[in-house]
Amino acid sequence: MPLIRPFGLPEFWIILMAAKWTIALSAIAFAGGGLGGLIVALARISDNRWLRGIATAFIRLFQGTPLLMQLFLVFFGMNILGLAINPWIAAAAALTLHASAFLGEIWRGCIEAVPSGQREAATALGLRYVNRMRYVVLPQALRIAVAPTVGFLVQLIKGTSLAAIIGFTELTRQGQIINNATFSPFMVFGTVAVIYFILCWPLSVLARRMEFRFSRSTAR
Amino acid sequence: MYTFNFAPVLAGMDQLLLGAWLTIQLSVAAMVVGLIVSVACAAAKTSGIAPLRWTVDVYVEVIRNTPFLVQIFFIFFGLPSLGLRLTPNGAALVALVVNFGAYGTEIIRAGIESIQRGQMEAGTALGLSRLQIFRYIVMKPALRTVYPALTSQFIYLMLTSSVVSAISADDLAAAGNNLQSQTFASFEVYIVITLMYFAMSIGFSAIFAVIEKAAFQYPLSR
Repeated sequence: MPLIRPFGLPEFWIILMAAKWTIALSAIAFAGGGLGGLIVALARISDNRWLRGIATAFIRLFQGTPLLMQLFLVFFGMNILGLAINPWIAAAAALTLHASAFLGEIWRGCIEAVPSGQREAATALGLRYVNRMRYVVLPQALRIAVAPTVGFLVQLIKGTSLAAIIGFTELTRQGQIINNATFSPFMVFGTVAVIYFILCWPLSVLARRMEFRFSRSTAR
Repeated sequence: MYTFNFAPVLAGMDQLLLGAWLTIQLSVAAMVVGLIVSVACAAAKTSGIAPLRWTVDVYVEVIRNTPFLVQIFFIFFGLPSLGLRLTPNGAALVALVVNFGAYGTEIIRAGIESIQRGQMEAGTALGLSRLQIFRYIVMKPALRTVYPALTSQFIYLMLTSSVVSAISADDLAAAGNNLQSQTFASFEVYIVITLMYFAMSIGFSAIFAVIEKAAFQYPLSR
């Protein structure tokens, strides 16, 4: 077998198949970040000063430091906690925390954009916190939140590429591996970029459309 | 039980500070050049010349929908096959400029579109040249409008620049990687570096707030 093999259909196929790990990682981080983000957003606007402070610090910290460092810290931090180092779990955990902070901040804005009269009316009708949020505030906030959330999903999918640096074999890492075997970086990373583009671009267009439609439907 | 050992990190602090300095230089240089690219692209996009607009659209969409890590691999490993060989630091700068330029274009375009048509018509009526209109009537208020978005994009750029350590440029994250492989105090090294990035993002926010006060003090509407 030659030392350097050409970049052909099998190599393309291997790279394409690695996209499923990018999608899986994005899906896990998005689901986990969705749950975490809701908690962060609610804590951020709660009446409790301590909860608010913790949520604010959490958001500041994750928005003010590189995602790559967050990945490294979780990756090496697992070792300190006595857990076996596992790139897959570390990447999923770090991206989930990252998404929680960003979605929390995005959704806080959306919840606060719901006119306060809605909350007051719900309180006047005798609804307690959970029902007030569940039936009055959150459904209205959701409508505002859809477009920026889809926009963040694009950022998250791109962010999963950094998992390659801690050694998780997703799309980018698979590209590096194939590049080391074929030494045709132009083709390999071009292909990788195209696959990311195919994943992200429809979401970007969707986010823009929804934003446009929303701004038109709410314009006076 | 794990015992933290920060001594080797403190011993290697000079390496880290050197890395941080390069991160600052890279980010600021990428912002300055990237802003020029952004203004040019935004002007091209709003010029009404279709082929120019399409070219800018393709550039912006491709960059905004692919990861920075892949962009930098493509530039550093891929471009030499076209005869364009760059040093790691050079490739890092090019990648950051290209990346910031795409996001900056969209931000500045939004600013330009926030200027009402009547303003430009008034400029024409006053006998200003097209360049004068663009410079004083469009860009000046447009930049003020989008200043907050631009500064947060810059901070994001500075944080993203840590990714250039993947092609072993000499930035802060790469200095951390080196120190980590010398000392094996991985967690300690990265926690210190993370705090350094955090301090830089707070520092830049403060600097931008001062610049905003100094540069955008002229009256908004009287």
